[in-house]
Formats: sequence, C-alpha cells, structure tokens
Amino acid sequence: MRVALFATCLGDTLFPGAVKATALLLARLGHDVVFPPGQTCCGQMHVNTGYQPDALPLVRNYADTFGDPSIDAVVVPSGSCAGSVRHQHEIVAGRYGDAALRGKVDTVKAKTYELSEFLVDVLGVTDVGARYPHRVTYHPTCHSLRMLRVGDKPLQLLRNVRDIDLVELPEADSCCGFGGTFAIKNAETSTAMLSDKLRNIAATGAEYCTAGDSSCLMHIGGGMSRLKTGGRTVHLAEILASVDAPVVTA
Amino acid sequence: MSITALGTPTVPPRGSGNLRGVEKFPDAAHHELTDSQLRRNIGKATHTIRAKRLRVTGEVPDWEALRDAGAAVKKDVLARLPELLEQLEAAVAERGGIVHWAADADEANALVAQLVRDTGSDEIVKVKSMATQEIGLNEYLEAQGIVAHETDLAELIVQLGHDRPSHILVPAIHRNRSEIREIFLREMPGVDPDLDDNPAHLAEAARKFLRHKFMTVPVAVSGANFGIAETGTLAVVESEGNGRMCLTLPQTLITVMGIEKLLPTYRDLEVFLQLLPRSSTGERMNPYTSMWTGVTPGDGPQAFHLILLDNGRTAALADSVGREALHCIRCSACLNVCPVYERTGGHAYGSTYPGPIGAVLTPQLAGMNEPGDPNATLPFASSLCGACFDACPVKIDIPSLLVELRHQKVEQAGLTVEAAAMKAASLAMSSSRRWTAAQKAGGIGGRIVAGKKGAISALPGPLGGWTAARDIPAPPKQTFRQWWDSDEGRAAMAAARQEGGER
Repeated sequence: MRVALFATCLGDTLFPGAVKATALLLARLGHDVVFPPGQTCCGQMHVNTGYQPDALPLVRNYADTFGDPSIDAVVVPSGSCAGSVRHQHEIVAGRYGDAALRGKVDTVKAKTYELSEFLVDVLGVTDVGARYPHRVTYHPTCHSLRMLRVGDKPLQLLRNVRDIDLVELPEADSCCGFGGTFAIKNAETSTAMLSDKLRNIAATGAEYCTAGDSSCLMHIGGGMSRLKTGGRTVHLAEILASVDAPVVTA
Repeated sequence: MSITALGTPTVPPRGSGNLRGVEKFPDAAHHELTDSQLRRNIGKATHTIRAKRLRVTGEVPDWEALRDAGAAVKKDVLARLPELLEQLEAAVAERGGIVHWAADADEANALVAQLVRDTGSDEIVKVKSMATQEIGLNEYLEAQGIVAHETDLAELIVQLGHDRPSHILVPAIHRNRSEIREIFLREMPGVDPDLDDNPAHLAEAARKFLRHKFMTVPVAVSGANFGIAETGTLAVVESEGNGRMCLTLPQTLITVMGIEKLLPTYRDLEVFLQLLPRSSTGERMNPYTSMWTGVTPGDGPQAFHLILLDNGRTAALADSVGREALHCIRCSACLNVCPVYERTGGHAYGSTYPGPIGAVLTPQLAGMNEPGDPNATLPFASSLCGACFDACPVKIDIPSLLVELRHQKVEQAGLTVEAAAMKAASLAMSSSRRWTAAQKAGGIGGRIVAGKKGAISALPGPLGGWTAARDIPAPPKQTFRQWWDSDEGRAAMAAARQEGGER
C-alpha cells in the first residue's frame, strides 16, 4: 500500500522523532511510505481560534498535497490533526471554498487516518513486533477519543509490545488542559487541568506517559520539565517502532 | 423611478438580566482557581454526579436512540416555534389560564410584580427556576417591596448567603455542609442555635422554616421544564417536593417559561422524562413530577398566569448554527463532565447559565459584540475536549458551537494583533517553501533562546501564558523533512523497507 505521511506542523518542526518512528514502522510493515514535501499544516489552530478564512489556504494545500490518486492512505501521528482533516476541512471548504475544493476535501478526508486507526482498522495489525522494556501509562487524548473514536485501539497495540509494563492512568479520559490556544488564552485554568493530569501520571509510577498526539505530550512534558517531576513523555509511534531500547529519539 | 424599500430583516433584540458577568472569563477564573475550598467542593460533587449518571444512562439499552429522539423533537419545536406557541396559548386559555408575552427581562419582571400586587400580597414562594434567575426576578421584586422566598434547599442556601447560583441543578454546589451550617445560623430566622452540620439536621432546619411559608404565602412563582402545546400542560421536575407545595397550596400561580421549553405533544414527555433525571441527578426517575393544566375549580391555585419569555431566544433562533443551543433542557450533565467547570466553578462564567452550555447560550441570548464584552470570552473558555457533547441528552454539539461562536467573534472583531499574527501564520503555512523558511528561522531562534538547557521557559507577550507554568522543548537541529532528505534518513528508511520486504 502506498502510504503518505502527514507529519503535521508540530511533528515536523518540534517532534520529528514521532514522525520518524511512524515512517520506519510503516516501512517495516511492508508499505511504500512517501512524504509529499508540499505539506505544511492542517489549519486546526486557525479554525479552533476562530480564523476560518485564514485556514482556507491550509485546507487547500492539504487537499492538493494529498489528493494524488496514487496515494492510498494518509497516516497522521496525531488524533487531533486527523480529526481536523475529517471534521473541520469540510466546514471551511463548504463556507469559503469552491465546488472543486469541496470535492477534493471529501476524497482526501476519506483516506486520512490517525496512526492507531490505520494499524488496527485498515491493516488489521495489533502486534507490530515492538519491544519496550519500560513502565508506561497511556493518556487517551480528547480528539482521538471523542472526535475520532479510536477507543482502545492504541491500548490493543501497546498490550502486544514485548516487555512493556503498561499501567492504567487514573481519570485517563480527562483533558490534560492543552486545547491549542486555550492553553494561552486561559493559561491558569489550563494549568489547573494539567496539574491534575500530572498528579495522576505520577501516581502510576510510570517512567513514560504516552499518547497519540505530540501536542498533548508537549503540554504534559512541558509541565513535567517545569516542575522537575522526573517524568518523561514518548509518542505512541516511538514505542511501536522500538525494537530494542528506544531506537528513535528526537 | 422611485425606489421602494421593502425593509430588511432586523436582528431580534438580545436578552437582558443575569446574562453577563463583570469580568472576562480568564480574570474571573483567576479568582475562583485560587479558592481551594471551592475547588475541593466542586471537584468532589462533579465526580460523584458523573459516576451516578454513567451508571443510570449505561443501564438503558436504547439510550442512544432516546438521545436521537430528544434531539429530533427539539429540532421540530424550533422549526415550528411560532405555530406551537400559539397552540399552547390557546390551550392554556381554554383551561382557564392567562397567557402573557414578555420580550425581555424587564417586561417579564414588571409583569410578575404587577400580578403579585394585584393579589394584594407582598410575599411569594418560589419553585427553583432558571428563567427567573436569568431575568433577576428576586432582585427586581425586592426593589418593588415584594419578598421572594426560594424554597428549593440549594436555592435557599444561595439566597440566605447573599450569593449567586454556580450550577444549573445544584446552585449551592460550591458550598459544603459546614459552610451551609454557618449561613443558616447567621441568616435563617428562628434557627436552632445548636444546629450542627449533619445534612439531615440542615434539611430539617430548612423544612421548618419553609413549612410556615408554604402555609401562609398566597402567591407562588415557578418556571417550567416543559410546556405541552397540544394540551396546555406545564411540567416541573424536582427532587424535594418543595415545588409541589408551591404549585398546589397558594391561591395564585405565576409561571415564567422560556419560549423554547415547548414540546409538541403530551406523548413527547415519554422521551424527556427518561432523558432529564438520568442526565441531571443521575436518578432513574426524579421523586416529584408535577403537571398542571390551566385551573381546576376547587383544587390548587385558582388563578394561573403563564409568562412566555423571549429574552434573546428569538435572536438565538435566527442563527442557523447557534440555534442548536436552544435544544438545551437544563440538565447540567455538561457542567458535571466539563474539566474547565470542574476547576473554575460556575461564577467565573458570570451568567445564570455556566459551563459548556452557558458558554454557547449566554453570548447568544445576551450578545457578545459590544467592545470589551465579557461574554465574548466565553466561547474561548473551553479546551474543546468534547466531554460535554458525549454527555448531552439532546446531542447538542457544543464543541462545534463554541468553534462557530469563536468564528463569529473574530469576524466581528476585525483587525487585531492576534488576527495579524494568524494571518501571518496562514501565509507562512500556505506553501511549503515559505514554511521551511519559517521553520529554519524559528528553529535557530528557538535553540538560541533555549540555550544549553534545551528548553524554553519564558516567552514574550501572550505566549507568556504558556511559559508561566510550562516549558517548551528547544527545536531539534533537524526537522523531520530535513531528516527525510538526509543521508541518515535515506539509509534508515532503506533499511526499514528492506525489513518490510522480507516480512
């Protein structure tokens, strides 16, 4: 299968480790992995902050970049960005785009998948042959949980990782407080949400907190770093691409 | 040739009353977040109700179908609102009730005051009601020399504490029992000075105080959970029975009902009497459901007035996207699951309607477009986590409505510093050539700021909100796309492909 990576603006720039892991994992599973260089950003920040007309060029760029019919699937190591492509692009295109764009958006959205969805639903794989000898807790990010409904797919994948000590996170489905520009506009409320998330992570005794979104991990990791909790974050893709010790690091 | 102006549709008037705070949400939240007692009370209460709700909604096999039915009925009501309201008016009048129409809070308040004065009473007992909180009825009546006694225990606690409700269903959710004991000892006439904080004893003290009012006050004011267009029947759903007292004992009953509270037929109650208690209190059935139709000679109030309240609802209805918020049946499930509400409590929203539904309903009812309006900050008071949408018994897509209101606010605000930054970001991200240039500049800058520590702990301007409590990692030396195009990347991918080919 010809699989195009959508690195996301954040993954490309700040968290390339998660994207490298996704690329290596999919190639090792026997797929033809490509990286269309025209890609930039899904436009979610613009839509969620109220700037829909400014999201239009980004929606168009995504549709143009991944519209190539030789691409069978677009895989995104982010539930939030995949959610934006699947649920928001049609709103922007419907309001500000032309019929041609609306058609392209529909086509591209139908072949865009978050990583765990792609592995479990499309490829039918739950054991990717990874080994990760660490104590790990999984935070289900809001958009993967409630926008994409990935359910326990990431956990199915994690349970099959060799030597992993997977521990349950209390109040796992509570938001970490990121929420894009919410973390800046309502910084104190966001921080109050984060502090509960950090407390619950610490209570598990896990060495790593993992999730399917670099943005939420940036928030959680940013709090760990500031508070010197000693905790660490790792993207789900990095665990799944691990063969011995973590082979891929940012 | 002369031009004939046919007239353009005008925007219906916005609502007034307790639908606007004095501070912007982040400023109001700042005060609430530091109140450790409030944080503890609300955290405990919301978690308890959450668990109960999940238990009783999980046991209903057709819960999702019920939600769909509830949403469909409400959508139908909004589509046929004028026709259904007239049907309700005729049905109520036919059964001996008198229907009044109030365009806004001022009109509704003046109507109630006049109707009370007409009875010769200067006292009323009240059933817990969101509509009368919304219009600020108690404060208005007080200024008119009429004393309103709240009879719902939690509303009584709020009223005696000279406080504001902070939750739709549990208005005193921000108070714990020792605080309630203090309020009763300080404010309740004739209270036992040895009152302790045992919940049963606190309830008993309120019961004694209220019984006397029920037996002596001749006028009651209520809201309505539902108004049935077909029959003219009004319904109030409650837990304590105080509402039943108010609805049956006084001579005169005045009901203030928002015009969106309609249901077309009596049969529709079947859906909503399942959805509401399970979503709000987490009970299979609420203890008291009172229904009344006009006036019954010799039984119950002999004069019944129904005030139909607009107060911004027609303005909300005019918005094809935002009108979905008018489906709300005030169950408060969205408040109880909201991570923002859980931390800030209800007062931070500045409105009778707090939490996720308040953040979409308040700006729509009362507007948000005046310069510096605190209501304009409400649609942004959410991380868009989506827990509210999952909990809503009538499937209001609150996250999408929040995003839509943000869009409306930004469109209306015009050119701001933020808008300029967003436009610049859009331009930078609209082509990969510009984007890689921006990545390069940002990467170098970021690494310089981060220095040896490898993390950024202070950012300027609004971004400082992030670094007040969180670091940002330094941008790595290589972006993903640089790695992809590097010898190292090519070699790693070639090895992975080879492994894949062997599988």
